[in-house]
Amino acid sequence: MSPAPHAPLAATAARFWAWLREVSGDDAYERYQRHQAAHHPGEPVLGRRAHYEESQRRKWSGVSRCC
Amino acid sequence: MFRKLSGAALALLAAFALGGIALHRDEPINALWIVTAAICVYLLGYRFYAAWIAAKVLMVDPTRATPAERLNNGRDFVPTHRAIVFGHHFAAIAGPGPLVGPTLAAQFGYLPGTLWILVGAVFGGCVQDMVILLLSTRRDGRSLGQMARDELGPLGGFASLIGTLLIMVILSAVLGLVLVNVMKHSPWATATVIATIPAAIIVGLYLRFWRPGRVLEGSILGFVLLALALVGGGWIDHQPTLRALFDYSGVALAALVAAYAFFAAILPVWLLLAPRDYLSTFLKIGTVLLLGVAIIVTHPMLKMPALTSFIDGTGPLFGGKVFPFVFITIACGAISGFHSLIASGTTPKLISSEADVRLVGYGGMALESFVAIMALIAATLLDPGVFFAINTGAGIVGATPEAAVHTISGWGFPVTVEQMRALASAMGEQTLFARTGGAPSLAVGMASIFGSTFGQGLLALWYHFAIMFEAVFLLATLDAGTRVGRFMLQDLLGHVWAPLGRTSWYPSVIFASAAMVAAWGYFLYVGVIDPNGGVNILWPLFGISNQMLAAIALSIATGIIIKSGKARYALVTLLPLAWLAVVTSTAAFQKITSPNIRIGLLSAANDLAAKLAAGVLPPDKAVVAPQLIFNQRLDAGLALLFTAILWLVIIDMARICVRRLRGLPVPASSEAAYRGRARLGTATAAAR
Repeated sequence: MSPAPHAPLAATAARFWAWLREVSGDDAYERYQRHQAAHHPGEPVLGRRAHYEESQRRKWSGVSRCC
Repeated sequence: MFRKLSGAALALLAAFALGGIALHRDEPINALWIVTAAICVYLLGYRFYAAWIAAKVLMVDPTRATPAERLNNGRDFVPTHRAIVFGHHFAAIAGPGPLVGPTLAAQFGYLPGTLWILVGAVFGGCVQDMVILLLSTRRDGRSLGQMARDELGPLGGFASLIGTLLIMVILSAVLGLVLVNVMKHSPWATATVIATIPAAIIVGLYLRFWRPGRVLEGSILGFVLLALALVGGGWIDHQPTLRALFDYSGVALAALVAAYAFFAAILPVWLLLAPRDYLSTFLKIGTVLLLGVAIIVTHPMLKMPALTSFIDGTGPLFGGKVFPFVFITIACGAISGFHSLIASGTTPKLISSEADVRLVGYGGMALESFVAIMALIAATLLDPGVFFAINTGAGIVGATPEAAVHTISGWGFPVTVEQMRALASAMGEQTLFARTGGAPSLAVGMASIFGSTFGQGLLALWYHFAIMFEAVFLLATLDAGTRVGRFMLQDLLGHVWAPLGRTSWYPSVIFASAAMVAAWGYFLYVGVIDPNGGVNILWPLFGISNQMLAAIALSIATGIIIKSGKARYALVTLLPLAWLAVVTSTAAFQKITSPNIRIGLLSAANDLAAKLAAGVLPPDKAVVAPQLIFNQRLDAGLALLFTAILWLVIIDMARICVRRLRGLPVPASSEAAYRGRARLGTATAAAR
């Protein structure tokens, strides 16, 4: 995320890529792993598939899309 | 100093653009005037009004820890950078509503819709979204219904629950109707839309089994599959035997849509709903960006006059004068009560600093409002004659093309059968007459903008691309609405018999889903058999219900503002609330009592009943008349119910406010106690 002064375009592209991954949820599992490591070390961590299923179930049990 | 100067420049530019619109009233106007005026108005609203509300009324406090920080569980409560929250929030609030409403309201000319979208958003919708977002953030991300219960009392809570459930039913029915009208006797559109289902399932399987959670990879795969669906639909359209397989009547399509939504509501979300949503979100954002660029590149002239004679209430798309009906027809894009469910749902649990609510709440709605402006431009750049020929039901203009062009030309909007035939053939359709619902005319408008930007040769492809874009997220909203409705119904039924409330007990899941689909499927079916197109009845009802929900949200906000001792600032939410109460009540009153059968539901029902009894109806109309009569009476009852809920909540709020101002006890504030942020500084620092 840190901007490189010599390659502003590349830095912008990298920032956009990071934004896109996070906003789409593409990096959700990595963020989850980081959260678990930081806040709940030693506790069991869900696998990728279980984490994906769980997060989808949670996302779609409330109002998450509008008219 | 610089900020002040640029603010003044912005104000000047806005005044210049609005003045330009005002001075060009009798000649065609360029779309760029409207785009410029809109952007300046949003920026002014954001820069000054939103900042003032945040500082003075809401007392936004960046040092206060948000629920995302205090309750961070790495799952739903996650402090998130504001650019990400903005993306999430915008994707959640932007639906098909701002595309359909402005298209229908274009029958009044471009001016009433444009003014209401701008004024309504800046003083109504954006304010509602930002205020509710902050109030929910201060209350651990509680939902609108919970806030109503906590802050007003059980009556407010119950009213908002019933209101939300009913709005889901009406919303799903009207979106289903728009979708059916898009696909009716259009093999290309039908084949393409049907093909998006297996496309979504393939992406679902990919994200579940092959590469779990790799959303971007899955979306690229989905994008390729959607492109295949689009081109494949065109190919099928050229095969005489195959195309017959995808040529359906409205009733058959209504049954298909209902069956599809039922399965989407009971299947695991990862299989169909979640992947469809990824595809629809990318398609939505991409197309909206493309449309914005194309409008600026082509800067088309608007051919619709500023005002048409239909402001007197004789409009063919729906009956009723410009007041109150333009304010009911355009809900999403100006103010949408539904947004308050999102602003008190997932979004407040992601906010990492209270300072972000202005960008996410106010800014997110301003962007959605801009989408509505673009839809209005796409509708008004068509020849008005063409616009009315596409959007008016056969019951109004006559069943044959000759009769239709005769009627429409008689209104002063010349159009010919040859012109419509050439347009339909350029768009790859059999006919474009009476394709009500707003989506087909929007697609024609978008196709002509894209066509003149990227090449005229591909008009048919652009048209069906626009159709697919609309259909994919009509379906996404339909799926999600049915599913949420199912959960709410199960929640309600759980009070009657506990096992019905278990969201994983299959008999209850199937029962609640079927009940939900049956409820909106009924309105969809009646809309489909209505010779006037059905949208003319259902869309105003949807507008009334959505504005009712907005009024509930603004009542809660007003109650909380007054309870917090800031009565002098209460006008910020009280003013839009008063306007909505007036508009919604007037519209509902006219829908129920008007003796004009094009407006009044009861007089229309009585008129039809008298004609049926006298035996003067043609046989095809006599068959459906009893159902239409019953439905119009039911709709009148619903309009009455919505208005009653609206006033109940307003009175409940007023009662609380009067008690507070007199110093009598009121329900205690449910605001979470202040706690400072652990790590002050950048939002990203908190997010990591």
